[in-house]
Amino acid sequence: MPHVVLMGSDCAAFAGETRAFDVEGATVRRMIAELEARYPGLGDCIERRMSVAIDGEIHQDALGEALPEGAEVVLIPKIGGG
Amino acid sequence: MSKTHVSATVNGDPVEFLTEPGTTLLDALRDNLGLTGSKEGCGSGDCGACSIIMDGRLVCSCLVLAVEAEGRRVETIEGVASGGDLHPLQRKFLEHAALQCGFCTPGVLVAAKALLEANADPSETEVRYWLAGNLCRCTGYDKIVRAVMDAAAEMRQARAA
Amino acid sequence: MTDTLERPANALNVVGTRPVRPDGADKVTGRATYGADLTMAGMLTGRILRSPHPHARIVSIDTRKAKALAGVKAVVTGADFPSVDSDEAMGGEGGGSIRDLARNVIARDKALYDGHAVAAVAATSPEIAEEALSLISVKYEVLPHVIDVEAAMAPDAPVLHADMFTAGLPTKPDKASNIAQAHESKRGDIAAGFASADVIVEDRYVTAATHQGYIEPHACVASLSADGQGMVWCSSQGQFMVRTYCAKVLGMEASDIRVIPAEIGGGFGGKTTVYLEPIALALSRIAGAPVKMVMTRDEVFRASGPTSGSVMEVKLGATKDGKIVAADVVLKFQAGAFPGSPVGAAVMTTLACYDIPNFRIVGYDVVGNSPKVAAYRAPGAPIAAFAVESAVDELADKLGLDPFKIREVNAVRDGVQASYGPTYRNIGYVETLEAARKHPNLLAKLGPNQGRGVAAGFWFNIGGESTASVNINDDGTAVVASGNPDIGGSRASMAMMAAEVLGLPVEKVRPIVADTASIGYSMLTGGSRTTFATGMAVTQAAQKIVEDLKRRAAQTWDVPVEQVEWMDGSAVCIDGAKRGQALSLADLAAKSGNTGGPIGAQVSLNAQGAGPGFGVHVCDVEVDPETGHVTVLRYTAAQDVGKAIHPSYVEGQIQGGVAQGVGWALNEEYIFDSAGRMENSGFLDYRMPVASDLPMIDTAMVEVPNPRHPFGAKGVGEVPIVPPLAAVANAVRDAIGKRITTLPLSPPRIRAAIDAK
Repeated sequence: MPHVVLMGSDCAAFAGETRAFDVEGATVRRMIAELEARYPGLGDCIERRMSVAIDGEIHQDALGEALPEGAEVVLIPKIGGG
Repeated sequence: MSKTHVSATVNGDPVEFLTEPGTTLLDALRDNLGLTGSKEGCGSGDCGACSIIMDGRLVCSCLVLAVEAEGRRVETIEGVASGGDLHPLQRKFLEHAALQCGFCTPGVLVAAKALLEANADPSETEVRYWLAGNLCRCTGYDKIVRAVMDAAAEMRQARAA
Repeated sequence: MTDTLERPANALNVVGTRPVRPDGADKVTGRATYGADLTMAGMLTGRILRSPHPHARIVSIDTRKAKALAGVKAVVTGADFPSVDSDEAMGGEGGGSIRDLARNVIARDKALYDGHAVAAVAATSPEIAEEALSLISVKYEVLPHVIDVEAAMAPDAPVLHADMFTAGLPTKPDKASNIAQAHESKRGDIAAGFASADVIVEDRYVTAATHQGYIEPHACVASLSADGQGMVWCSSQGQFMVRTYCAKVLGMEASDIRVIPAEIGGGFGGKTTVYLEPIALALSRIAGAPVKMVMTRDEVFRASGPTSGSVMEVKLGATKDGKIVAADVVLKFQAGAFPGSPVGAAVMTTLACYDIPNFRIVGYDVVGNSPKVAAYRAPGAPIAAFAVESAVDELADKLGLDPFKIREVNAVRDGVQASYGPTYRNIGYVETLEAARKHPNLLAKLGPNQGRGVAAGFWFNIGGESTASVNINDDGTAVVASGNPDIGGSRASMAMMAAEVLGLPVEKVRPIVADTASIGYSMLTGGSRTTFATGMAVTQAAQKIVEDLKRRAAQTWDVPVEQVEWMDGSAVCIDGAKRGQALSLADLAAKSGNTGGPIGAQVSLNAQGAGPGFGVHVCDVEVDPETGHVTVLRYTAAQDVGKAIHPSYVEGQIQGGVAQGVGWALNEEYIFDSAGRMENSGFLDYRMPVASDLPMIDTAMVEVPNPRHPFGAKGVGEVPIVPPLAAVANAVRDAIGKRITTLPLSPPRIRAAIDAK
């Protein structure tokens, strides 16, 4: 059951005070769908504005990426650079 | 306002064009003569991207009126190479990776050519101060200075040989 | 889906060498064509009328006289553009929306900064276009303006957007303000942390808005035909980005716009958006002719996208051994007229070099009546690093520790949780600290009025979507096409990576940057992504071709493909009856028709696993006590670069970033008068470093390979601008014995600090 931590304040409003979630889904897509179901608007916001760091590696727009059991999953705001 | 007729020599070739009195030589080179190698970076003579040599003198073509070129000899970046053979400065710039986006490069090369015509053995400080009128935002000038000094060395050797 | 590939097993032949770049001859002869260099038949000149007021309601615009002027073929105002409601994010860390982009391209009901586009014309000559502008009469209702970030945050500040209610707060405010968003990042208990500290430093830092300073002003030629098919030739950091944004601003289909990338004369993030292109297309549509638009330097300063000015507060607490136990940081960044400063990214990078158990970082994105900010090389990070690295330097001084020691004590390493959340893996910060500390420049002794400053910096680097196509010509040479404009020499690296995999000499591989109709989608050139992500696509495409070539050789020899290896540009049969026979790429290309048709491969991917980069810089300065002038004597920049595909261009990126950072530290700033107009909108008074301002810039490249890239590459372009602001400030502090916390450290400021001693 992946444990997901939400960083930043871009999507925080949707989750109230909660910043950490236990999810069932084993892919990024499923995790987002689950969070959207639990906190309407949150999943959508995450998909648009956040990247997913899985075991320290940052993934951007990677819905198919797997969330292995026990992996560190951190949602951080998307970066564009200059 | 009717246009003025200008005759000049550009990169060794005779040219003629019609221009408004207020048009800069930079715009005449680019728009009338199709020589787009000289660039406008600022239009106020502060960046050197429009550098040309007019009657042997290094000038910003954005500060020269096109009509002032009447009867004069103008050298632009397009005339630095000899036909298909690159000038040592051009070769050294490529070898030393002394350009990144390349926009300031024509102006820097023309300025450097003028330097080496005036001083065949410049010190690093002399190169830096001579090129202080040519802004580069990409390179930090390090490789540009190395390329100019290396070209100067090669040209001195060739002359000695 | 992973993008990891087998690494080339043998020693590298091409990657890591320094071949002459393939676009070099054209660039040194003036032949290369940039945005303003194109001419098309029937081309008109477009010019923009800009608001002279920093904040005003646009009451009415009368364009009749302008339209009637002979030679004027089109006139547009905001009313001629569709109203865009989408608050779809534009991408990047600013949180800016398409709606804001559209309103920035041309004003609608309000002009929000001096220079904001209000109307535009296209005419048969530049002179007629200028005259037409003077015939447009605009009625403004001038409003009070605000630019300074703290003034804009004050409760009585003039409010720019009546619908702006600060996002990111626990409860939505009931009053509109200029604070678009608040960010916060916390860990542990800072009160307890500070209580346990032996030493605390606390200071306030101020920086001014600065510009990326690319020498080439924005320029484009747009041509929209009667059938609705459009073409844009422009210099930008991303032709696909230009296509998307133009389509959204104009309400067109993206497929109706073909964007052709010109060579680009510098970008540094400032060309990751559009200004002229949608206007040029709109004018072209009406005029029925191509329209060229080029910004003057004054327009570039007043109406493109500088980066934020800021006010920052940093409080650090450490124990005697140098361990930082608490950090409290507040960042207030100017966004300009619309939301989207890089304060969010700054919040993430501020403490990224340090392993600190207790911290709180708060950031505010604040609008004001100055040009909407755009990305500038590691957006937000240099600004925050200036404050934090200055504070760390103060701590070191108070504790009697050397600047390397204090950073080493607190350094992040593999396995440490980053301040922005994930755990670090495969980073090279400690190695980079060592490389800087060990550099021979540090043996130089300092004389009177001289000082040395050390500073560290961090940037994320990104991956993202890229497409590359590699095709083999019938003579066995190759063409590599990608969709990323080349702003730093990436084209050469693409050719080198393909050449390495194919086993060809690099001169036999021609790289091109293709337009939006000729190559699959690529995310723009920025975020230090091109060598990493597009390089990955190029490498994969080349590897697919190698597999295909082995198959064709096997077919030719009538042997199983397992008996064929690819070595040094040839298929070699390594076993069985045909053992020892070889077919070169040229042989196979000549007979490609017999073995299945043309040889080529295209790869589209979304590159993941871009690793972050760290830089550690050391700057030696001499301060003239009479004039306050600072001379940079020596500069050393160490950086972990993963793997330098073309070392000269990696060095070039580092040197260029350093030069921009030095300018930012010493002289560059936007100066506004009391009427809200920029006073120094030219290169004379917006003072960037020239050749005589800088010494040679010495680089130390640390190669800790990135396991997620076939050649170990990592983004390098942005990190080098992050440390210099503090490296220079710390050096000045060392030289004059007093810390100045306001940038730039221009001579009057240094004189005032010396006098105040």
